Amino acid sequence: MTGTITINGQIVPFQAGQTIIEAATAAGIYIPHLCHKPGYTPHGSCKLCTVNVNGRNCSACTFPAVDGQTVINNSAELQQDRRRITQMLFVEGNHLCPSCEKTGNCQLQGVAYYLNMTDNHFPHFFAHREMDASHPDILIDHNRCIFCNLCVRASKEKDGKNVFAIAGRGINKRLVVNSVSGLLKDSDVSIDDSAVHVCPTGALLIKRTGYQVPIGQRIYDHRQISEVALFAEGSHEQ
Amino acid sequence: MSNKIKVATTSLAGCFGCHMSFLDIDERLLTLAEVAEFDRSPITDIEHCGPCDIGLIEGGVCNSENVHVLREFRKNCKILVAVGACAINGGLPAMRNHIDLEDCLLEAYRDGIGVENPQIPSDPELPLLLNQVHPIHEIVKIDYFLPGCPPSADVFWTFLTALVEGREPSLPYELVHYD
Ligand code: SF4
Ligand code: SF4
Ligand code: FES
Repeated sequence: MTGTITINGQIVPFQAGQTIIEAATAAGIYIPHLCHKPGYTPHGSCKLCTVNVNGRNCSACTFPAVDGQTVINNSAELQQDRRRITQMLFVEGNHLCPSCEKTGNCQLQGVAYYLNMTDNHFPHFFAHREMDASHPDILIDHNRCIFCNLCVRASKEKDGKNVFAIAGRGINKRLVVNSVSGLLKDSDVSIDDSAVHVCPTGALLIKRTGYQVPIGQRIYDHRQISEVALFAEGSHEQ
Repeated sequence: MSNKIKVATTSLAGCFGCHMSFLDIDERLLTLAEVAEFDRSPITDIEHCGPCDIGLIEGGVCNSENVHVLREFRKNCKILVAVGACAINGGLPAMRNHIDLEDCLLEAYRDGIGVENPQIPSDPELPLLLNQVHPIHEIVKIDYFLPGCPPSADVFWTFLTALVEGREPSLPYELVHYD
């Protein structure tokens, strides 16, 4: 079934099987997101893409486009909800951007900038999270993982491996590595795997690539994530 | 009596980098001095802040004295501003938060490389360390946040000129940075 939906009053066509976020991106409308990536099975975990569909809040990355839907993406309430969600992501992990190699290139940070988030609002968890620096080429800093599941999906769907999984719940939730020791060095991960390049935050980093681009000249230092994402993910890509 | 606005500043668990960045507004300081005067700040050497319009707090809360100073600022300042990453989320000092306090002290004063005359400082004059470093909004209510490590001079300028002119301050995209 194809048809049209309206987003912020604008008429947007969709193809059969498209989700709201896919239809929006194709029409050049940015909906903030972190766990969604074109070409990956939707996961619906971060809730950044919350939009209002016919009066109800839903995740645009998992909700199918249906003919005649009225979608609101830009209300002050939604922006405030998204800001609070992003603040929760920051206090749940330990995000000390000045010490993070991903700063300026980080999608979590990019979304926070886009939402004009100037503080973390909630009390910090200061959760105890480990670092896995065992692998010669790849580093995991669990302090920065937002459990978006992209590395998990990439390893399964793109690399044909099964290196990562999310285990546990609540504050004990963690990214686990499929190896006898639990360490990345004993897994069958490779530096060429999509899984280690897909992370939207600084949780999965490639070693010896740090500071190749100076801070201040990185992606979100000058360009809003809305513009960057639409260019990379939308119909504007050449 | 002057009708200038009164500004107080202090550094808690911070490196004074935010104060240095404030000074980077350069000759605009002269314009600011026409409308504002400093209460407690590193340049006035006043020990306790009096009634103020704006209090700028750099740094997080890592010891008992930080808590007292912060509460005094909250009591005296109409508008309290968290300045920089450490005040907003604990910043780099908060990297000690998952390390046992005793281990931190032992590493810094007894076991660390190059330590001479090893001993844990225990003078009663010294404020007691807290187990963890906390952002200041966890202790008192904060009215505004200026992100950055440090916030740039333009952040200070944009924010203060808005307040002085009676406008609601807001930072444009280019000025919001966490690093
Ligand atoms: S992962 Fe992103 S938000 Fe987290 S510390 Fe690094 S730059 Fe900051
Ligand atoms: S490591 Fe990165 S890609 Fe994997 S779940 Fe965590 S944030 Fe997502
Ligand atoms: S992008 Fe839709 S829930 Fe994460």
